[in-house]
Amino acid sequence: MFSGLDFAAASGEVLAVVGPNGSGKTSLLRLIAGLLVPGGGSIGLEGGEAELTLPEQSHYLGHRDALKPALSVAENLSFWRDFLGGATGDVKECLTAVGLGHATYLPAAFLSAGQRRRLSIARLLVVRRPVWLLDEPTSALDTAGQGLFVGVMREHLASGGIIVAATHTPLGIEASELRMGGGK
Amino acid sequence: MTPLAALIRRDIKIALRVGGGALIGVLFFLTVTVLMPFAIGPDLPLLARLGPAILWLGALLASLLTLDRLFTADHEDGSLDLIVMGRTPLELACAAKALAHWLAAGVPLIAATPVLGLLLNLDAAATSAVALTLLVGTPALTFTGMIGAALAVTLHRGGLLLAVLVLPLSIPVLIFGVAASQAAIAGPLSFGTPFSILCALSLVSFVVGPFAAAASLRHGLD
Repeated sequence: MFSGLDFAAASGEVLAVVGPNGSGKTSLLRLIAGLLVPGGGSIGLEGGEAELTLPEQSHYLGHRDALKPALSVAENLSFWRDFLGGATGDVKECLTAVGLGHATYLPAAFLSAGQRRRLSIARLLVVRRPVWLLDEPTSALDTAGQGLFVGVMREHLASGGIIVAATHTPLGIEASELRMGGGK
Repeated sequence: MTPLAALIRRDIKIALRVGGGALIGVLFFLTVTVLMPFAIGPDLPLLARLGPAILWLGALLASLLTLDRLFTADHEDGSLDLIVMGRTPLELACAAKALAHWLAAGVPLIAATPVLGLLLNLDAAATSAVALTLLVGTPALTFTGMIGAALAVTLHRGGLLLAVLVLPLSIPVLIFGVAASQAAIAGPLSFGTPFSILCALSLVSFVVGPFAAAASLRHGLD
């Protein structure tokens, strides 16, 4: 799909992956997340926890929100907190931080697209991972949600995190840019 | 809570809530078993002789019915990506999902067996023999079926493909499950021999199923 790609992001940096539809932005993120096997080349994280792989130290926020409609907002988030493990935070606090504090016991089936996205973002907060892989993170978010997300990203960067985000719209945060080629 | 316990708890919760598949399987089992006497006729000795086979077939088809959603549901909403990326080994996560499926969909079938045995003119001893073989044999159905469920994700085909892939694998379980039940009811073979083989089939599936399913998921995601 693509070749000759060489990029790096340091601690506290945002790498914005931009390019037209079909240029391989999502594929690149899924490669980093270990969900696709590269045909060649290597991807690595320097200075992370030695016994963990890069995917195990990453959050992946894809197009799909990984939510179960039958479970409540809090149950969805608690599940990911317990399953993903590692350093975790408080479910209620994280829900309040993304503006879903009032909907804790609502089944996720009743959430709007923007609220579902907010709940996925709460997953990034409740479990600490140094690397965030974000695929179109701000789609479906309203202006307030986008502002809130910028704050969330800033906090993550301030604590030494790395963000790799595929995006069409400006993230609202200073980022180095990786431009993917035409849709071949 | 440990990751695996969380996964099992979540899957059971989803299965038991509205729209989950746990009760569908029992309803299907009930339907098949209730219809059989109408098709075969009111010949009580014949019903008693066919009873274990009917119950086993019903349980087999009922457990297949909900199995195809084991991974496709997680695949469609993106959960599977996160499970694959997670720090829990994928093999263990697969085993946990299969266990949760068996607890939510397999155990109700076993619990329904004594009631359905009445409809097939099985006495208490025969019914408990069938229930015992189901208790030991249905995990094998779930754990081998899981391989098919994982392939269904990989190949982007659900439903019928799963049945075609999984049914051949479940034939040995069916043979020894029914054989053990028949041996307990009528003899002349001893109950122990087919029952031990049934146990062995389950144990083999515990080992092979999670590894095969995890391998399929790892190479099949896109």
